[in-house]
Formats: sequence, structure tokens, C-alpha cells
Amino acid sequence: MAVVNDMTFKMGGEAGQGADTSGHGFAKALTRAGLGVYGLQDYMSRIRGGHNFFQIRVSDRDVQATSDAVHVLMPLDLETVHEHLNEVVPGGAVIMDSRLKVDDGLLTSRGVKPVRIPLTEIAQREGGNKIMMNTASLSVAAGISGLPFEYIEQVILDNFGSRKGSKIADANIAVARAAYDEGAREFGPDFDFKLEPRPTKPRMLINGNQAIAFGAAVAGCRWISMYPMTPATTITEWLAAHHRKLGIVVKECEDEITAVLMAIGAAHAGVRAMTATSGGGLSLMVEAVGLSAMTETPLVVVDAQRAGPSTGLPTRTEQSDLQFVMHLSQGEFPRVVLTPGTVEECFQAGWRAFNFAEKYQIPVFILTDMNQSSAIRAIDPDRLSLDEVTIDRGELLTDVDLDAMTEEYLRHKLTPSGVSPRALPGHPKGIVLTTSDEHYEDGQAVEEAEMRVLQMEKRMRKLDLAAQDIRAPLVEGAADADLTLVAWGSTYGPVHEARLLLAAEGLKVNHLHYHEVWPFPTARTEQILRNSRHIVDIENNYTGQLALVIKMMTGIDIAHRVLKYSGRPFTGDEIARKVREGVLAHV
Amino acid sequence: MSDLKLFNIDEKPTWCPGCGDFGILAAIKQAFSQLDLQPHNTMLVSGIGCGSKLPYYMKANGFDALHGRALPVATGIKLANHELNVMAISGDGDGYGIGGNHLMHVMRRNPNLTHIIENNQVYGLTKGQYSPTSDRGYISSTSPEGSIEIMVNPMAVALAGGATFVGRGFAGDPKHLTQLIMKAIQHKGYALVDVLQPCVTYNKINTYDWYKERVYKVDDEEGFDSIDFGQAWAKAREWDERIPIGVIYQEDRPTYEEQVEELQKGPLMRWSPERPRDVLEAIKLEFV
Ligand SMILES: Cc1ncc(C[n+]2csc(CCOP(=O)(O)OP(=O)(O)O)c2C)c(N)n1
Ligand code: SF4
Repeated sequence: MAVVNDMTFKMGGEAGQGADTSGHGFAKALTRAGLGVYGLQDYMSRIRGGHNFFQIRVSDRDVQATSDAVHVLMPLDLETVHEHLNEVVPGGAVIMDSRLKVDDGLLTSRGVKPVRIPLTEIAQREGGNKIMMNTASLSVAAGISGLPFEYIEQVILDNFGSRKGSKIADANIAVARAAYDEGAREFGPDFDFKLEPRPTKPRMLINGNQAIAFGAAVAGCRWISMYPMTPATTITEWLAAHHRKLGIVVKECEDEITAVLMAIGAAHAGVRAMTATSGGGLSLMVEAVGLSAMTETPLVVVDAQRAGPSTGLPTRTEQSDLQFVMHLSQGEFPRVVLTPGTVEECFQAGWRAFNFAEKYQIPVFILTDMNQSSAIRAIDPDRLSLDEVTIDRGELLTDVDLDAMTEEYLRHKLTPSGVSPRALPGHPKGIVLTTSDEHYEDGQAVEEAEMRVLQMEKRMRKLDLAAQDIRAPLVEGAADADLTLVAWGSTYGPVHEARLLLAAEGLKVNHLHYHEVWPFPTARTEQILRNSRHIVDIENNYTGQLALVIKMMTGIDIAHRVLKYSGRPFTGDEIARKVREGVLAHV
Repeated sequence: MSDLKLFNIDEKPTWCPGCGDFGILAAIKQAFSQLDLQPHNTMLVSGIGCGSKLPYYMKANGFDALHGRALPVATGIKLANHELNVMAISGDGDGYGIGGNHLMHVMRRNPNLTHIIENNQVYGLTKGQYSPTSDRGYISSTSPEGSIEIMVNPMAVALAGGATFVGRGFAGDPKHLTQLIMKAIQHKGYALVDVLQPCVTYNKINTYDWYKERVYKVDDEEGFDSIDFGQAWAKAREWDERIPIGVIYQEDRPTYEEQVEELQKGPLMRWSPERPRDVLEAIKLEFV
């Protein structure tokens, strides 16, 4: 019996063979067909050679994680077969050029179908260029799984000029048509994984970094300074590609120290400013983050984590900077740490960060990671709603406020809330003096103890206020759960899926997920965890950093941990299996 | 000309009596006043060090940043509000040592900033260790047998790095220094003014007298032309016997701000954060 709308495609090859661009096109076709799509690219830190792949999971549901099982493998080279054949399920297919030197017995002995088609020849014959072999391969995949050809054709037209009659588009369409037909005719009847379009309104295909960048754009960010570092760079690249439409200054700097300090300067002068980096760059920014806190200059920093320490695995994922961003920089000061776990939350973090930064005049971190930064997902555009966005600049004095001012302006005035009304330099009545030294209310350096204490307390008070704005962690699943899965950030998708799998087995399970982690939502955490019989902490790191924070803040010890630090993201199956084997088997 | 008193403030400098920084402070105030600047349209951004305390001691917008980091903060402020007259202030450790990388790149960028480096050839605030501009052989607490590094040559570095205004002043001649700073402020682009600044407490070699015996004004030299790179280079190499002060080099090149499209309609900080809804909705459609 055919399985409909529940399968995973994987295309792999050397860097430079275009698995990612082709894969992205295919994901677009599937999105247009109204299906749930989650696409993940995996690449090595090199420009040519090596092994890269692009994996697309398709479902009737909105999927937010990759899967262990692959149904259609599309190797552009031999290595892909060797690396990934063991992932292909019985009944699945490997779509190969007729000439690829693979022993078909290797496949058939596992119940996997060799789908041999003269891909290079079709590309040459119909398109005049063997580069179109990727198009041929994906078209065969569409053909055997029954995705109507029009979706493939439309994406080709989008990519190569939107009219028929464009030479390159026509050539690709000819290749696609021939490959599609041959695949459908020769192998379709015997292939049990099928796709059926489901009419929906047009949806977006977007990754986490684009969502953060778009969120920042909606928030009125007018400045980003940066130094390139994977996986953060695409945030800046997206903003740079839209700089005209958005009216935003994009500044590539000599290093991350400069990047963060220029953002601080720009913010001090009055624009919403950010920087984006990964752990290595953030390490260089540490001192400046303290400067933002001390001078009470709003600052938004994105840390797109990758596997460390040091250069680590430059193109691989990890969630190992949580404790770092919570504590980085000398001394003590208030900060906010946002840990979005979905594309929607990336968008929200993108705009909410600026409100936190300006309302409390503090540094704000958005913590994402390699996996989330590049994984694409199909969503309803309404899920990134512009209506929900607010722009709150906090206590920012206008020219009218300043005109009416009768006393001397004090940048660091002691106030009950801890927030000092902010004047921007340039107004005759608001001369602004600030400093990284401890200071008096007027910004002059101070060494005297009494004022030090008052200023310290004033700054720290802002954290209590910010705590009221932090969104409580998400709780999903059974109210009277025996088992609670605890996670944060980008593992939302796989943990969500693991919960569904475990619940389907009859377990009473829920999922506590942190998307805004600091100031820590202590009360809500206690409320949930004190009622749980078994708690499992799930994190993409070695030490269980969130579990340590929970222990620190509530005293609750999470005994069970499912931790992964291979540089690869979790899948739902994997988490469910590890919970079953490692936890449930022992309780 | 604005009233000099506008820039006065009730804050007594904590510098040692006789410190060269007093002369620099006086010259900056004079220059601002003669150029008709006001406290509210000027912005002093400094690093950390004795000299970097200068923004505390005059009325103007001020941002005392981190050790070595005046330039990136100043650049950010300037690009966000190019109507402000932004001046960066560093010490020699601050500007040529820990902040050296920023110097190299600000010169390429050429934002319209004036950069004063108070060069006392020693780390003052940390109590007298040798600095990047200390002479070879300079004895200090961290170089007890004398430093074995040669000194940074700020003038040569600035010329090689593409600074569009390269000047040197002497804190012991505030009148000349005022004129020099005025020219630097009027220059369109990045202007480096290295100021020989005696540290009376720690530097017992490069004293007022030591400098006085050596400095001379390039303007007094027959035939010297500061737009001639070759001549400037020759001046930049002079040190031990004769030390030139004044405008060593100057050239015209578009400023960074002039070349950023977004800044042509006025300061960035004037734009509302609210972007037009239709623009945002259209961008969203690109993902569909
Ligand atoms: C990152 C960092 N390192 C070291 C210091 C300590 N420090 C403060 S001022 C200074 C040197 C000051 O020398 P210079 O820049 O020449 O200025 P001066 O005090 O001589 O005017 C140092 C090393 C610091 N504040 N920050
Ligand atoms: S230590 Fe030197 S530089 Fe610092 S204030 Fe005293 S004289 Fe000036």
C-alpha cells in the first residue's frame, strides 16, 4: 500500500555540484504543492570537493525536524551512496545515473530499489549540458513519487527567467520533462511512496537567519556591522541584499571588536543597531558587551552557534554558548537572552530584541545555531505577522521633551525603575556624557562607594523589569505528565516530534521549552518541574547547560540527559529512542 | 566664533600638574570656539588612559569607551549622525598599540573624524611601562634593561595607511596646536593629529625640554608643500635630531559618509524605525 505525503529526499555530492541550490528548488516545488517541508543542508568547510548533502522532509503536517529515514537518495557521486545508503528504508529508491559504478546488489539486498536512468545523457541530449543532471535527478524523483510535473516546471521558470522561451529555462524544462516521464513510466508503478498536492494558499519557504533578519527589518533596525563568520553571515547578507528597500547601513569591519563597537556607537547616536556573529567572534566582543551595559547603550547581538571550542566544526551545529552568553564580560550587569526555536520565534526574536534593548538600555542576545540558521521550512505567511509587531523605544526623549527641559540633563539619572530617560547627542539641552568607568548621574567618572552602589543597583533593577516582559517557557502535552522533556532553542522541532512519538506509545509526556531564557523564568519552571515524575534534559551540547541553569535557579536536579555534541542536529526518532533506552528502561 | 566659556565645566582634571594633556585640552577648546562649534554639536569619543579622560574636562557630548576602542565607536556615531562633529581621542598605547588595527582601517575608510593621539611615549595611567612609541632602549618597569623594540613611527604609518590628513603637534605649543587642530577639523576626511605630550611623572627622557630642542614647524621650511607625498615621507622619517610639527600631509578623497547611499538624505538617526508596511509585505512575498 502506498504511503502518501510522508517521505524524505536526500541529494548529495561534492561541494560545487549544486546539491544545495537544486535541493532548494525542489523544496520550493514541494512547498507550492501545499506540503509540509523541512529542508536541511549539510556541508563541509570547503568550497570544492568533500561531501555535501541537502535533505528534504515532506509531510502532510508542518514538520520542523529532519528524519533518520530516507526514502529517495539522489547521489551525484559515489561517496553519497556509501555514506547514506544505510539510511534508505526498504522500498525506498536510489536515483542514479546509469553509469554510476554501484553494485545494485548492495541496494536490492536491503530492499532498496535501484532507479537507473541515463541522467547525464538526458541532460546532454535534451539540454545540451550535463550540468542539468541535477534537474534530471530531481525530476525523476518527482516522477516516481507522482508529484505533478507543473510544480517542477514552475520552479525552473522562476529560477531561469519567468517566461517560457528563455533558452536556458526551455533547456532545463526539456531535461526535466524527459527525466520525469522516464522515471514515472519505468519506476513509478513500483514505487510506494507518493506525493499528493494539497491546495493551500501560497506559503513562504524561509530559514531561521532570514527570519531573524526580517524581524530586525520590521523592528526598524538601520545598522548592522559585522565580520563574516559561519553561520551568522547570511543574516547580514540578506540585509545587504535588501539595503536599498530597507534603508539600512551594512558595514563589514576589520574584526568583531570593531563590529560590535560600531553598533554601540550607532545605537548611542540613536539608530537601532545590531551585529551578528558566531562564538569565535562573540569571544572578541566580550569587553564591548560590558561597555554597552555600563554606558546603557541598547545593543542587539546575534550569536549563531556552531560546534566549538575554538574554530571547532565551522559548518556544524551545537548549542554550547548558552552559559557563555549568560555570563560573558567582566562584572555584573543585566542582559536578556532570547533562544528562538522555530522560524516564527526567530522572527519574533528579531524584532523583540530591539524593544528589550531600547526599553532597558541593555545588551540583548539572540542565540541561534547552525542548524536553525540554514534549515528551511514552509510556513503560512500569516505566521510572521506584521500586526503583532510593536516598536517600543522606551524612555527616549524627543526634541520636544528636551526643549521643555529646565534642569541639566543627566544621562545616568537614578530612577525608581532603573531606566534613565535617554537623550540622543545633538540637542542643546541634552548634552550627553557617558563612560565605561563607573559614573555619577551626569556621566562623570566616580570612585566614591556610595554612588557606585546606587548606580549598580539602578542597573540591576532593570533586570527585574525585563523579567516581566520575558515570555514564559512553552509547555506542550499532557498536564499530568509522568515524563517531562526539557529543551531550549533550535531543538524545538525534534523534541516536539519525540513527544508525539512517545505519547503515541501511551506515555503521559509533556515538553517544556525555553525560547526566552534570561532573565530566567524561575517561577514557571518550578511550577512545571516540581510536578514531574521524570525529567529529561535534551541539548545539543556536552554539559547540559540549560539543566545547569535550572539547577542554579531552582535547585532542581535533572538526572536524565540526552546530549549530542557530534555537530549534527537531533531527529525526533533519535530523541524518542534515547529516551526509551536511556531513561524509561531505567526507571 | 563661539564663546570659549561654553566649553568650560566644573570638573577639575586629575592629571599631574604640568602634564602635557592640559595644553591639549586648552587647544581643543580654543579650536572648537574659533570654529564656532557648540557643545551640543560636538562629540568627543575617547579610549582609556590619562589622556582619554579629556572628555570629562570640557562641556561637549562625550563617550569614554574602552582602552583602544575610540575609533570604532566614533565611526559608528559619525555614520549614524554625520551632523555631529566627532573627535576621537587616544593615548599612544591606546591608539598605536591595542587599537592599532582600527587605525589601519579607519585610514582606508576616511570617515570625517578628527583623531587626536596624545603621544607621551609611555603608558601613563598604568604607571609608566614602555609603550609602542617608546624609543628603543627605553627603561621602564616592564623593560628594566631597556626596550628592544623599535618605536612605531606614527607619521609614516599614517602616510602608508592612506590617511588623508597627517599632522603632528606639540603640547608645549598650544597656539600652534590650536591652529593644527582647527585645520584637522576643517579637513574633510580622517585627520590624524599626533601630539607630542610630555608625561612629567613617568617619562624622564622625552621631556618638554627634550621636545623643545628638536621640534620645528614645517610651515617655516622654505618650499615645503604638504600635498607632496614625497616631501611628506621625508618629513615623516625625521625624529632623533629634528622633529617636524604641523600639517605633514593632506589630500582630498571622498569621505566614507559621502559614499554611503543611505546617508545622502540626512543623518540615519532621523529615520523612523517604522518602515512602510507595503515595503515589508513586498519583501515577505519574495519568500513565497
Ligand atoms: C583591555 C585593557 N587592557 C589594559 C587596560 C589597562 N590600561 C589602562 S590605560 C592603559 C595604558 C594607557 O597608556 P596610553 O594609552 O598611552 O595613555 P596614557 O595613560 O599614557 O595617556 C592600560 C594598559 C585596560 N583598561 N583595558
Ligand atoms: S602620569 Fe603622565 S600622562 Fe598621566 S597625568 Fe601624569 S603626567 Fe599626565
